[in-house]
Amino acid sequence: MSEKTVVNELKDVTIRFSGDSGDGMQLSGTLFSTLSAILGNEIATFPDYPAEIRAPQGTLQGVSGFQVRIGSHDVYNAGDKTDVLVAMNPAALKVNAGNLKRNSIVIYDSDTFQKKDLEKAGLQTDDPFRELNLTSVQAIPVAITSLTKAALEDMGVDNKIMLRSKNMFALGIVCWLFNRPADVAEHLLKEKFAKKPLVFQANVKAFLAGYNYGNNTQLTASTYRIETVKHEKGFYIDVNGNLATAYGLIAAAEKAGLQLFLGSYPITPASDILHELAKRKDFGVKALQMEDEIAGICTAIGASFAGYLAATSTSGPGLALKSEALNLAVMLELPLVVIDVQRAGPSTGMPTKSEQTDLNIALYGRSGESPLAVIAALSPTDCFDAAFRACKLAVEHMTPVVLLTDGYIANGSSAWKIPTMDDYPEIVPHVVQKFFTGDPKTWKPYLRDEETLVRYWAIPGTPEYMHRIGGLEKDYYTGVISTDPDNHQRMVKIRQAKVDKIADYIPSQEVLGDENADTLIVGWGGTYGHLLEAVQKIREAGKKAAFTQFKFISPLPKNTEEVLRRYKKIIVAEENNGQFASYLQGKFGNLPLYRFNRITGQPFRIEELVEEFMKIIEK
Amino acid sequence: METNLTDQKQHTPKDYKNGSAVRWCPGCGDHAILNCLHKALAELNLEPHEIAVISGIGCSSRLPYYMNTYGMHSIHGRASAIATGVKTANPALSVWVATGDGDSLAIGGNHFIHAIRRNVDINIILFNNKIYGLTKGQYSPTSEKGFISKSSPYGTVEEPFNPAELCFGARGTFFGRAIDVDLKNLTDLMVASAKHKGTSVMEVLQNCVIFNDGIHSKIADKAFRAERTIVLQQGKKMLFGANNEKGIVAEKNLQLKAVTIGQDGYTLDDVLVHDATTKDSTLHFKLARMGYENDLPVALGVIRDVQAPTFEDEYEKQIEEVQKKMPKKTFTDFLMGSDNVWELK
Repeated sequence: MSEKTVVNELKDVTIRFSGDSGDGMQLSGTLFSTLSAILGNEIATFPDYPAEIRAPQGTLQGVSGFQVRIGSHDVYNAGDKTDVLVAMNPAALKVNAGNLKRNSIVIYDSDTFQKKDLEKAGLQTDDPFRELNLTSVQAIPVAITSLTKAALEDMGVDNKIMLRSKNMFALGIVCWLFNRPADVAEHLLKEKFAKKPLVFQANVKAFLAGYNYGNNTQLTASTYRIETVKHEKGFYIDVNGNLATAYGLIAAAEKAGLQLFLGSYPITPASDILHELAKRKDFGVKALQMEDEIAGICTAIGASFAGYLAATSTSGPGLALKSEALNLAVMLELPLVVIDVQRAGPSTGMPTKSEQTDLNIALYGRSGESPLAVIAALSPTDCFDAAFRACKLAVEHMTPVVLLTDGYIANGSSAWKIPTMDDYPEIVPHVVQKFFTGDPKTWKPYLRDEETLVRYWAIPGTPEYMHRIGGLEKDYYTGVISTDPDNHQRMVKIRQAKVDKIADYIPSQEVLGDENADTLIVGWGGTYGHLLEAVQKIREAGKKAAFTQFKFISPLPKNTEEVLRRYKKIIVAEENNGQFASYLQGKFGNLPLYRFNRITGQPFRIEELVEEFMKIIEK
Repeated sequence: METNLTDQKQHTPKDYKNGSAVRWCPGCGDHAILNCLHKALAELNLEPHEIAVISGIGCSSRLPYYMNTYGMHSIHGRASAIATGVKTANPALSVWVATGDGDSLAIGGNHFIHAIRRNVDINIILFNNKIYGLTKGQYSPTSEKGFISKSSPYGTVEEPFNPAELCFGARGTFFGRAIDVDLKNLTDLMVASAKHKGTSVMEVLQNCVIFNDGIHSKIADKAFRAERTIVLQQGKKMLFGANNEKGIVAEKNLQLKAVTIGQDGYTLDDVLVHDATTKDSTLHFKLARMGYENDLPVALGVIRDVQAPTFEDEYEKQIEEVQKKMPKKTFTDFLMGSDNVWELK
């Protein structure tokens, strides 16, 4: 074996670990991405797993994948097609067959490519690569199962631990392939399995066996090196969108000088927000797992009434259940943050897949005229900023705010520079003692600040401001229940005007790319990374395109109409049937809209975006 | 400045009333419940600004509007959940729930049992008139089987809930019962429930003068109330009757029986002594069922009052314990201290 390996430098590369849902692919993928981030790569990840915890072994339904894209710069998403696939069984190969680049490397466990395994995956012949039309890929058989067993033989661990360590052998190979130093990986494993020394030892052993196997056998002619980024200096951590969301709430509570409350109920893919906040008792966070989604939001409303920064976290079906209570919060005009990690619907839909189909329910899914603020996070790390801003708007404008993230950015991770909180704006809750200048005896619960139209937060326990609020319509002046026709119309209008006023307090909409192009590409929320890359590709190909991604959905930034009217063609790209496009058209009318809609449960594909956008640009 | 407790004002019922015109029907049992609550709060001498009254939807749930305290008239069935949020956020508040048999036992059943299970220190006044009043007369989860109403024109074919059984089934720590027209016992029950640390359920047998008039008159009418009800008192013999001449005794298999003292060989010594504080709820179940499946007098007063840790205290305690090990930091310091920080130089 030659000692010298050819090292190829690449701008970016996409790797997918794929196997049975019990094969530990999520862990291999997470460790690899963390390792790469530590080395200074930009990373984006995409865990793609089935809803079943353990579907039958070896079947297509049971395939669980973790995609990592690493690069030297401009990694905005987890990539389309893969350069390297690790397939732990034939089913994993079959599921990912359509997603491989022409010359990609497929490392597969030859031990699991036996006749019965191929049958389980519904393959007819004994040459799966030919059958799946994968003749151009570099297929590298490695007897991962038996090599892992051999490596752990003298450890005296049981068969279960041996089999469970296969993912580390695979990780070892990939780390060797990409020139990742083994000692950093060892260190990460040590942290991960600090409390299970035997598992740690087995994992490290399997990892090193895989690493050395790659090194000793020179698996392919070449290995890859991804240059490290020249990024801003500073301290970084790796976060996914759910963690960043939880952090945004904690940071906002600190800024506002309020205690944080979360009322929640477990639901995929939002539960990790509950998990993180349940841990954060060091911050005094009260995170309650309630008996149902309704109780989740209702406890949050109670806590908000009692003066907390209160939030509830859920996904689509849960948001539907919260609808009535959210409507109450609109009527009470209490601050509340509702986090909806969107997943593929309707109904139970595809719980582990991502979509942008909850925009309509967020905007309109309540009885009566029920305006509230809606914000959508752009990326895993932007979830922090979006959550922070949702809290700021809620407590300063006394309104519920729906924060839309999605399964893709919630589970996807990237490196995040630890923020300096001084750079973030103040949050000033609109509490009555501070802002109401009149005699407390003249104060009424629905009196408003003349400028912002925001009512005052009078918190139980405060002397002299005892009051009653509720879901019934209230008199504009006295705050007592009223069925007066003109008063009702006035209150409906003022609740809308209060939310509309928020537009004065959010940044204006920015346009990226060629501002003077004919075509504007419009997106919102978590598709930011994909759309940005597609626009860059279009521009690299010599065409002009402008791009704008909406984060503030309700109200829209004040300059929205002015921006939209500048362009001859507007492409609204979204992972739904055109909800945002209809929203814009309804608001402004006569917009030259083209709709690009993909509702597959999977992220956009850059290639397809470029192709479809080009057709419209060239029209 | 030190607070001199003797300077603290003694509140009167008036301090808890606000000026709003009460809009319940004339003759409705709710008026009595409201007045008793004003009285009970004065007796407890709670500060009006430290009280929060949360309600759901229904006639009963209009109550907060008539209180000079903090209050929220919320949505159907959810008062217990909202109150759980209020109390967990601020355990110093005295939190009350005004609710009805439809509100808490039908649409809000889940929140009702889970609040009880958690033992959040809230006081739930359950107005039980066995009817939906505000929607004009449909049967409720406490209506007797066969009850004829607008939505059951041929009589219901379903069995009712006994709220006490639901409470005990959810491992409740406090349950009491009173009749709307019996102001003294109702006020006493409210005071006892406020003193209890944990979820208190007070079932108030309340009359709906329009849609279910006289539903409780079999036991509530003065003419035979003494014979058909028994007011249980902690540590006292279970006696009833116009002259306390009758008592409850336990036969074989804990079968309860009403006897007349001096007849059939029963003496005062045979009469059971009420103990609301035993953890074992077996006898409390039996007492709460009296009058519903047998000819025994309906039990009123505090039937169960057991000490147990409250949800909000346990939660605060856990926060303290965690903070002892992991002292609170600024958010930035917390991030800097997390396991996977790396530096880009």
